[in-house]
Amino acid sequence: MLGAFLETLIGGLLTGVLYSLVALGFVLIFKASGVFNFAQGAMVLFAALTIARLSGEIDNKEVHLANFVVAAAILGVAVALIGWYAWREYVARGAGPDERRKMQMLAAVGALVGGIAAYSYGKGAWPIWLAIAATAAIMGLLAYAIERLVLRHLVNQEGIILFMATLGIANFLDGFGQTLWGSDIYKINLGLPKDPLFLFENVFPGGLLVDPGELVAAGIAAGLVVVLAIFFQKTRVGRALRAVADDHAAAQSVGIPLNTIWLIVWTVSGLVALAAGLIWGAKLGVQFSISLIALKALPVLILGGFTSVPGAIVGGLIIGAGEKLSEVFLAPVLVKAFDLAGGGIENWFAYMLALVFLLFRPQGLFGERIIERV
Amino acid sequence: MGLRKAALRKAVIFGAAVAAAGFVATATVQAQTPGPNDQFIAGLIYRTGAYAPNGIPFANGIADYYALVNARDGGINGVKISYEECDTAYATDRGVECYERLKNKGPTGTAYVSPLSTGITFALTEKAPIDKIPIISMGYGRSESRDGSVFQWNFPLLGTYWSAADIIMQHIAKKEGGFDKLKGKKIVLVYHDSPYGKEPIALLEQRAKMHGFEFTPMPVTHPGVEQKATWLQIRQNRPDYVLLWGWGVMNSTSIKEAAAVGFPRDKMYGVWWSGAEPDVRPAEDGAKGYNAAMLQHGAGQFAVHADLKKFLYDKGQGSAKYDETGEVLYNRGLINGMLGVESIRKAQTKFGNKPLTGEQVRWGIENLEISAARIKELGFEGMLQPMKVSCSDHEGTRAGRIQQWDGKKWTVVSEWYESDDKVIKPMVDAAAKKYAEEKKLTVRDCSKES
Amino acid sequence: MLYREAGQFKTTYVADQQIFPILQDRMFVLAVIVAAFLAVPMFASPYLYTEILIPFLILSMAAIGLNILVGYCGQVSLGTGGFMAVGAYAAYNLWLRVPEVNNLIVVFLFGGVMAAAVGILFGIPSLRIKGFYLAVATLASQFFLDWLFARVKWLTNYTPSGSVAVGKLEVFGWHIDTPADRYLLILGLVVVATLVAKNLVRGHIGRSWMAIRDMDIAAEIIGFRPLRTKLTAFAVSSFFIGVSGAMWAFLRLGAWEPLAFDINRSFQILFMVIIGGLGSLLGSFLGAAFIVLMPILLNQLPGWFGIRMSTALLSHLEFMVFGAMIVFFLIVEPHGLARLWAVAKEKLRLWPFPH
Repeated sequence: MLGAFLETLIGGLLTGVLYSLVALGFVLIFKASGVFNFAQGAMVLFAALTIARLSGEIDNKEVHLANFVVAAAILGVAVALIGWYAWREYVARGAGPDERRKMQMLAAVGALVGGIAAYSYGKGAWPIWLAIAATAAIMGLLAYAIERLVLRHLVNQEGIILFMATLGIANFLDGFGQTLWGSDIYKINLGLPKDPLFLFENVFPGGLLVDPGELVAAGIAAGLVVVLAIFFQKTRVGRALRAVADDHAAAQSVGIPLNTIWLIVWTVSGLVALAAGLIWGAKLGVQFSISLIALKALPVLILGGFTSVPGAIVGGLIIGAGEKLSEVFLAPVLVKAFDLAGGGIENWFAYMLALVFLLFRPQGLFGERIIERV
Repeated sequence: MGLRKAALRKAVIFGAAVAAAGFVATATVQAQTPGPNDQFIAGLIYRTGAYAPNGIPFANGIADYYALVNARDGGINGVKISYEECDTAYATDRGVECYERLKNKGPTGTAYVSPLSTGITFALTEKAPIDKIPIISMGYGRSESRDGSVFQWNFPLLGTYWSAADIIMQHIAKKEGGFDKLKGKKIVLVYHDSPYGKEPIALLEQRAKMHGFEFTPMPVTHPGVEQKATWLQIRQNRPDYVLLWGWGVMNSTSIKEAAAVGFPRDKMYGVWWSGAEPDVRPAEDGAKGYNAAMLQHGAGQFAVHADLKKFLYDKGQGSAKYDETGEVLYNRGLINGMLGVESIRKAQTKFGNKPLTGEQVRWGIENLEISAARIKELGFEGMLQPMKVSCSDHEGTRAGRIQQWDGKKWTVVSEWYESDDKVIKPMVDAAAKKYAEEKKLTVRDCSKES
Repeated sequence: MLYREAGQFKTTYVADQQIFPILQDRMFVLAVIVAAFLAVPMFASPYLYTEILIPFLILSMAAIGLNILVGYCGQVSLGTGGFMAVGAYAAYNLWLRVPEVNNLIVVFLFGGVMAAAVGILFGIPSLRIKGFYLAVATLASQFFLDWLFARVKWLTNYTPSGSVAVGKLEVFGWHIDTPADRYLLILGLVVVATLVAKNLVRGHIGRSWMAIRDMDIAAEIIGFRPLRTKLTAFAVSSFFIGVSGAMWAFLRLGAWEPLAFDINRSFQILFMVIIGGLGSLLGSFLGAAFIVLMPILLNQLPGWFGIRMSTALLSHLEFMVFGAMIVFFLIVEPHGLARLWAVAKEKLRLWPFPH
């Protein structure tokens, strides 16, 4: 019994880390821009599809020539734009319109060259690291597009309007990703170990089951969280981000450019989506359903608080462990007691857990205290 | 206002660019409206959504078979098939919308519908008698709809879920050395939490009562990517066998989780919707030894595939890649197309070689008989057993086999089984009677039908 | 010129408090209703009924319900699908188990009342939880209710598949068989419901909701009890949603499973409310029309121009254009289609003269 309990707990915690990873993407954006970004799930799918299709066994599936032209062009543009942007921000702060035009020309040429190079290379399967790098660039470009085309025009709107806009973005991305990359099932091969590990076989009958693939995935996720924490606490940009999160207007008045910050935040959460897509994609295979993982992150959010990075992590662990334990130990009891047609309570149990918790602490585990003034 | 105008302009340009890119990328311009002498067939299929990986090969198989009949034979006795797809994304309301949109198209409306979704089949079952359009739900749908006296318009050809469950149970019993050896065994059903997944429960409960094994159904919520808790429970309860009733990503996830908790895959049996390449391939080595029931046919290329190559793929007109045409779900699409075409052919013997209405095609399906010689003639030898549909039996045949995944391909590992009518028939009768009473239907007397 | 209110004097309180104080508005609305009852049945095809008009009307009612909660009382809810399911299954069980009650209106009202009761239950946390926290918390009701109807066998009359079906419907002896019958019944109910909703939101109750929405602490200070006000909003909203859920199940689907009321339904109706316009009944109708029509239109548009493209591409494009249009509308008019309508009315006041 104890063995079963521990085993479920470990399994739940490991799943919880993966929930945290998705929830983290939400938190980053909410913290810096107050947007409840429902497109996070679609971003996870988009990133996973991109990696899988760039690295996957293309020879086995139909090669969409057009797909590669588009992908290569996007890649080229992304590389060029990021280069141009970095140059503008850090080298040529005072550059006039002429220099800017020159840089734009340069970016266009770079995009073209990059595109042609990527395309000719892209006929074969790319190595996984190159696919990841390319996807990272594409996620950056995506963040740029979202900031430019959507968010910029919705400044100062109510939260719910922004939320709906991200739902629109999610729709768009789902369609766009599948048009570009197809809607079959694709593999991402990270070489994660698959055979189950059995620990303490002399203590518990049958041992404690641990999935080493999940262990590695959880390790990656934990590493990412540490990197993000350092990024937020120690770097210049991180400080600027925290300033914006605290008070938009004040941050702006001390010279922090809001649009740039948003771009950075969306890029970072795009990268978090990439990491989540990579791990979930390797675990489940890449197809449309992984965009629904976003729903799993929502109870984590309300439990941990929308604005707290540690909250997302602790919340993920609690939700992961809570739902698995409830499903394994509570559901059979409920089924017996009420003659139900099967268990499956884990879907709502996480939400109920979070809801009950909220009744006692409305701002979540680590959320900022809500102060109301009249 | 200026800002708004700019935004508007931008959005328009953006939208236009996206649309143009999409069109240029893959649009195939082939304006095709059904002519006055064409037999129209609506295709409720899905190439998008959570179940696309499984829906695509099936849809390709159907489309290719109709195209083959047109290219090779010039249609069904000279009546060209006009086929139009509508993407349901496996969602019931979208499926119903597709049905309503296409049901009256062409000179005579659609000959029949095959929605490849138990949920849509349930919804259309209510509409079929009003619109007089038969439903061919090959290997899915309501199990009791096999009773043609109540379900005049439903044709669960080649097997219902109760047949599937029964065939799997017979195979397990045979391995154990007889049904009496099942006493005290534990059998778990991991099922897709939808009408589809719930269908076999009634039969398995009946069998459990008869043979004294312990039966536990365990639901998995759509789309089935989160099954850790289910499989941890399986690990702790140590059942002797696990039956899998999944669809789409749920199947591969189940197999992966089984590998992750160390449940022996050769003790796992899937329904025929859980036994195709997209289900096992993502699990890689973890799927080795996994078994699934076969809806008659398995994977592999047969005589009909040579025709497909000659008439379609060599001309670049196939919908898939030729290498993929031997996959399980593609073959199933072919068979679905073939049964439909043969039903129309049968109906033509009575009503003449012209486009037929759904009502006329219904007669064709109900009187469909495909002999071994005819199967060979059609190029389906090795994929199908002879079958005969009748008023009281809308299933046609109840035979099935078990196949096993060896890591590279499916191999057949059993003889033919036939589901036990002594068990199933009373259940069908009772369920059909209940349905007829609830809906206050008049029941046909099958003994009076010719 | 045509749309001119000058010269229309109100001489009594009754005249001043009419729903449509302007003559032209009254005429217009009356004309629309008459056309919907009399003209539409003369030319409508079954497809128009079953796939466009019926879904539009039923979902309009759900949108009105949600708009009361979100637009008038300011409580964001993502549990609409769940409350629709409550309405549908409660109605089904009454219809099934009490054969004496074969009047659909009674059946639907029962569905609404049960949904209202459940709505109150899940509305209780709204006193402590606000904003997006509340939105996500309402998802708890969505998932819990979905689960409940899939699991408790009694609720689905022990059908092995969990899918239930209804047939032989009637209202006061009028048999509802054809799509036209269903359309007329739904239209009647929606007109009545809209009238009720309109009177609620412009009356005392509606004002208390709006006070809570605009600033709950201030509303409390001037004497509205927040709990009671919020709970009435939840109850009324859930009632409308429950009735629409029962209509959706009985008159649109005929046979259904819990999946018909899943979370996508919730999002769909929230879209209607936002696109149509928060706090506007007209907006609920416009939003419902937009969300119901747009996907169907996008899916069929290429076919009308003779362009055949692969089914998958068509669906993906539909998703993309739909998403882009949502964003576009939010950017151009965050206050929804109802606001565009109001702007158009402003213009009409002067038309055809420029000043």
